[in-house]
Amino acid sequence: MFARFSLMTTQVPGDALVSLKAVNKHYGQLHVLKDINLNVRKGEVVVVIGPSGSGKSTLCRAINRLETIDDGKIAIDGKELPEEGKELARLRADVGMVFQSFNLFAHKTILENVTLGPIKVKGVPKEQADKDAMALLERVGVGHQAPKLPAQLSGGQQQRVAIARALAMKPKVMLFDEPTSALDPEMINEVLDVMIQLAKEGMTMIVVTHEMGFARKAADRVVFMADGQIVEDATPEEFFTNPQSNRAKDFLSKLLTH
Amino acid sequence: MDVIIENLPLYWEGLLRTLFLSVVSGIIALIVGTLLAAARVSPVAALRGFSTVYVEVLRNTPLTIAFFFAAIVLPRLGVTFQQFEVAAIIALSAYTAAFIAEAVRSGVNSVPLGQAEAARSIGMAFGQVLSLIILPQALRTVIPPLINILIALVKNSSVAGAFFVLELFGYGRQLANAHGDQVMTVLLGVAFFYLLLTVPLGILASTVERKVAIAR
Repeated sequence: MFARFSLMTTQVPGDALVSLKAVNKHYGQLHVLKDINLNVRKGEVVVVIGPSGSGKSTLCRAINRLETIDDGKIAIDGKELPEEGKELARLRADVGMVFQSFNLFAHKTILENVTLGPIKVKGVPKEQADKDAMALLERVGVGHQAPKLPAQLSGGQQQRVAIARALAMKPKVMLFDEPTSALDPEMINEVLDVMIQLAKEGMTMIVVTHEMGFARKAADRVVFMADGQIVEDATPEEFFTNPQSNRAKDFLSKLLTH
Repeated sequence: MDVIIENLPLYWEGLLRTLFLSVVSGIIALIVGTLLAAARVSPVAALRGFSTVYVEVLRNTPLTIAFFFAAIVLPRLGVTFQQFEVAAIIALSAYTAAFIAEAVRSGVNSVPLGQAEAARSIGMAFGQVLSLIILPQALRTVIPPLINILIALVKNSSVAGAFFVLELFGYGRQLANAHGDQVMTVLLGVAFFYLLLTVPLGILASTVERKVAIAR
């Protein structure tokens, strides 16, 4: 009897907020994700790095099912990702996503970009949503841009709005898919500063990036991917000073020589 | 010229009938066409399949066949109606919806994929993504081709004249039969009244096109 009760809650082991188990994905012949196992605890900041084509973006997008997987299990806060439909939409609202190309809604103002989710998905009254959105926009330093359209803002400002838009849904975890790769160099830091602040406030974050400075400063763990596999999973200190695999050593040496 | 002036009330009546057919069919076609386009991009394979087959069949067969189907085959299947106008509206809207679906679909495809991904990532359901994010942006690129389709619809409605529906072309044919010596004039009159409907639509199309161009 009691044993059956304990079986009924098939939760993810430990207190993993995001858990990937034996995840595989192919693009035709290409095996982009090979048997990926990864657990991210609440409040943890995990930076995923690796050469282009290593599958790190696909991994990030699979976590809120913008990419489907062939087999394996992905769970958010103990709940396995459902198929397309209402259930999946609800789960996605708990997972904030920031894209390389910002993807702000081009026909909506900055304020509307941030309030649309809370109003339409969560049913927050407009007045409340506006107030919350303004607070978030102030927090990321673009409050005075609220009435403008996305195209009128710089890339760095747009990306900060995109972060505010994701935060407006009060997500449990934030995914960042190369958030600074499309930015001019002088705008990278304004976005990284917001992300570092977010990390300090205890947000659970999975960040795919090439910004090693961010990894050193804000990450609890660095996950190194190559050829669709997780090759190393270590603290930033361990990874940057004493990488174990040749792939990682090779990758880091190429970064340092430039 | 006299034959036109003498029969102005008849021409006017025909114009109103054509306008009625076009407006009603146009509205139905816009709704059905948009739904077909939504089905075409939906995550449900069966809906995608249905929409594709519908569009390909209706788009690639002559309008006359749609009319025969609506006016003759449907009644035999038990779908009967008092007036042939209903059959004409069914045929015109079913046919035009296929073209509208294609135009809306191409408009949807012109919106970058990232817009839909961002909308999905904040938890929007498929219907919300489409109605709040994709279609409002697609509309800009779609309006000029849509107006072209509506112009074609106004002209296509003349096929109804051959199916016992009295509209502009139908009245024109009556007049031509009654005034065998002035067929040319009668038909020029018909053409003129069609232009009265279609030219303003064309002007609207180019105005919108220019506006959209400025907005970018």
